[in-house]
Amino acid sequence: MEELPYTSPFYIVFNYIPGMVNALIEFNDVSLMYPNGHEGLKNINLKINEGEFVVIVGMSGAGKSTLIRSINRMVTPTSGALIVDGEDILQLKDNQLRKVRTNIGMIFQSYNIVKRMSVLRNVLAGRLGHTGTLRSLVGWFPQNDLQIAMNNLERVGIEEKAYVRASNLSGGQQQRISIARALTQQPKVILADEPVASLDPPTSHKVMKDLKRVSREDGLTTIVNLHFIDMAMEYADRIIGLRDGNLVFDGPIEEVTDQTFEEIYDRPIKDDDLLGSEEETDEKNESGQI
Amino acid sequence: MKKTSPDKSERIVLTPMRFKLSILGILLLIIMLYIAAAYQTEAFPQRVIEGFPIIFLFVVEDLWPPSWSYFTSVLQPLLETWNIALFGTTFGAILALPVSFLAAANINTNLTFYRIIRFFFNILRTVPEIILAVLFVALVGIGDISGILALTVLTIGIIGKLLSESIESVDPGPLEAIRASGGNTLQVIRYAVIPQILPQYASYTLYSLEINVKASVVLGFVGAGGIGIILSQQLSMFNYENVAAIIFTLFVVITIIDFISNKLRERLE
Amino acid sequence: MKQYDKIRTHKTFNRTKRMYVLATVLILSFIYIVALVSTPFDINSSSVSTLETLRRLFIEPLINTDNYEKYPEYIGYMLETIAIAYAGIFVATILAVPVGFLAARNVGGRLSYIGKALLNAIRAIPELIFAIIFVAAVGIGPYAGVLAISINSIGMLGKLYAEVIESIDSENVDAIKASGGNRVQSMWYGILPQVLPEFVSYSLYRFEIDVRASTVLGIVGAGGIGAPLILATYQRNWEEVGMILVVVVVFVSLIDVLSGAIRKRLI
Repeated sequence: MEELPYTSPFYIVFNYIPGMVNALIEFNDVSLMYPNGHEGLKNINLKINEGEFVVIVGMSGAGKSTLIRSINRMVTPTSGALIVDGEDILQLKDNQLRKVRTNIGMIFQSYNIVKRMSVLRNVLAGRLGHTGTLRSLVGWFPQNDLQIAMNNLERVGIEEKAYVRASNLSGGQQQRISIARALTQQPKVILADEPVASLDPPTSHKVMKDLKRVSREDGLTTIVNLHFIDMAMEYADRIIGLRDGNLVFDGPIEEVTDQTFEEIYDRPIKDDDLLGSEEETDEKNESGQI
Repeated sequence: MKKTSPDKSERIVLTPMRFKLSILGILLLIIMLYIAAAYQTEAFPQRVIEGFPIIFLFVVEDLWPPSWSYFTSVLQPLLETWNIALFGTTFGAILALPVSFLAAANINTNLTFYRIIRFFFNILRTVPEIILAVLFVALVGIGDISGILALTVLTIGIIGKLLSESIESVDPGPLEAIRASGGNTLQVIRYAVIPQILPQYASYTLYSLEINVKASVVLGFVGAGGIGIILSQQLSMFNYENVAAIIFTLFVVITIIDFISNKLRERLE
Repeated sequence: MKQYDKIRTHKTFNRTKRMYVLATVLILSFIYIVALVSTPFDINSSSVSTLETLRRLFIEPLINTDNYEKYPEYIGYMLETIAIAYAGIFVATILAVPVGFLAARNVGGRLSYIGKALLNAIRAIPELIFAIIFVAAVGIGPYAGVLAISINSIGMLGKLYAEVIESIDSENVDAIKASGGNRVQSMWYGILPQVLPEFVSYSLYRFEIDVRASTVLGIVGAGGIGAPLILATYQRNWEEVGMILVVVVVFVSLIDVLSGAIRKRLI
């Protein structure tokens, strides 16, 4: 779909007709300057619709992570407007921001789970935003939350590990914990910041398949950073290309060619940019994890 | 400076001249300070070397054997000392937990408040237990309470410093994850930090208990309860057989407590 | 959504673990009940108000200029305290090196067990007890304090040094032994250069502890600021206690900052 300018009356009309353009996330001229003067994002204009599975590609340092982290304001853009689910999150106070964040699940490269805690408790941590402070401090989660958590563990295939210490699971399983945790928030949006960068190729594919499957099942808007081109092509509905903080490509997967990537990367494609097929293995095998 | 094989050729210098000179300067300074300290304390090297055999003889001939009949009188004050150490450690450990979070930069992001807490900690840690004991004797009077309060404050200083450093070095990933999912600071502490620092917290508490048991011996000298009371009484009467009995009991009890505490701490690693 | 039976946040403990938890709870309750029953929680505060005491302790020493003339005397005592700590740690550092080597498993061999047991025994004795014994043996004065501080420091430094020695890589030592060096040579050239910075760092750290520890010695006649402190306490002279507190805090802070800066540069 052709992007409509923000001020267009069409946009306003379309936005209020159900089933038409329904931008869940909208970047309006968003820029981000880090305190050291580095510009992470430069005048980004972008609309992401409900239910899309978007993959952001670009070289390291291109601003992929900054873009994703702006959406839940883990980093704060310095100008522009960033509308998430109808609210400009750049204007929100801390407690309002927390409210918005409960609707956004996040998956990280390093899983970010507590290794000394059980799998179930890690997943339950996804309910914290929905649980009263006092209640959560005591650790007294409603039975319904436990049911949600256990169901999501089942969906990523590790429910029999619920009471095992997270450190006893392999890397791929640990990333599944963090997917289950994000799902347990019952979010509208999932942000995944290089979710498979620490995993070997076969595991990467399995985790990406799981992520795609669950986000389809729940109709979640999913935004993923990937730096492997073949992987992006395999799972994305839509590709967004970043270079030096600029948005240099945005289009559905059908429009993407090798040339597109050469433009985004500003150089010919190399083998390093490809992850490889599912069968190949790597030194960072899962068995390396305890 | 890593030493390699000696080399006679002129161009290759093992250690640069300037480095040698500064090392020499530092050594001279250290020795001169020692000479000054030795004059002040009359502890000249040869006297130190002479001293240890004298002490050994004194222990073997004069202190040993302790007066065995006095042991029964030691037990009650010993229990009192243990209680003071136990309560001081318990209260100190409980209070140190919240304070440690305020003294950790990754939790307390208010820089001014953080600096004030840190400064307060640094001051607190300079005060020796004997002065803490005197302060509390002045405030709440002679008795066990002063001792407990003194050790509570001492424990906050010890655990607070160690634990806040542990908190600052936890894996930041889980904190980020909880914040990203809309958790507030208390939830971040409860679900991302505490599970990571719990073993250290337990270990530091046991370590404080070891220190407090030893420190509580001092308390009685200024009226803050415990075994120090009878120790200072027997000392002022030059009753060395009884002093020896107290020392011997203390040695056995502290060794047992240290041993148990060390075994528990090893399991916590 | 699939409905599970009631899910617990914890897995239910098995029999052995339950017994284990029960035993821990019982032991802890016993310890605390005994402590609660046998401790008299009564406050014997004198009729003077707490506020008045606080003022005498913390405000008077700073604002009352009549007290200022006493400061030089206390600073003198504090310098003696520091001198005791310094002389003590100097001796301890030198003596702890051979002790540490002896107590290290990779150097001392079977002797290391005896060495470690001895060091554990030393650490079980508070410095005040050493001071009492040493004052009795060699007489009143800072000399007894230096001996007490040095032997107590050897207990800790010996253990730390031994741990450092045990953690070094043995290749250098083997290389020197292989090239025909004897045991002492292998230590001098193979181990010492590796461990020296850490040794010095630990000694400085222990010096910080010793300065605090030396403030106690005076109460049994082993020199330093403890003597005027205990005198002021007996006389209920809280202004003087406050002044001593000020002197101690300032000097200990200075030493901590200085020693901390040196230690940072060492590593």
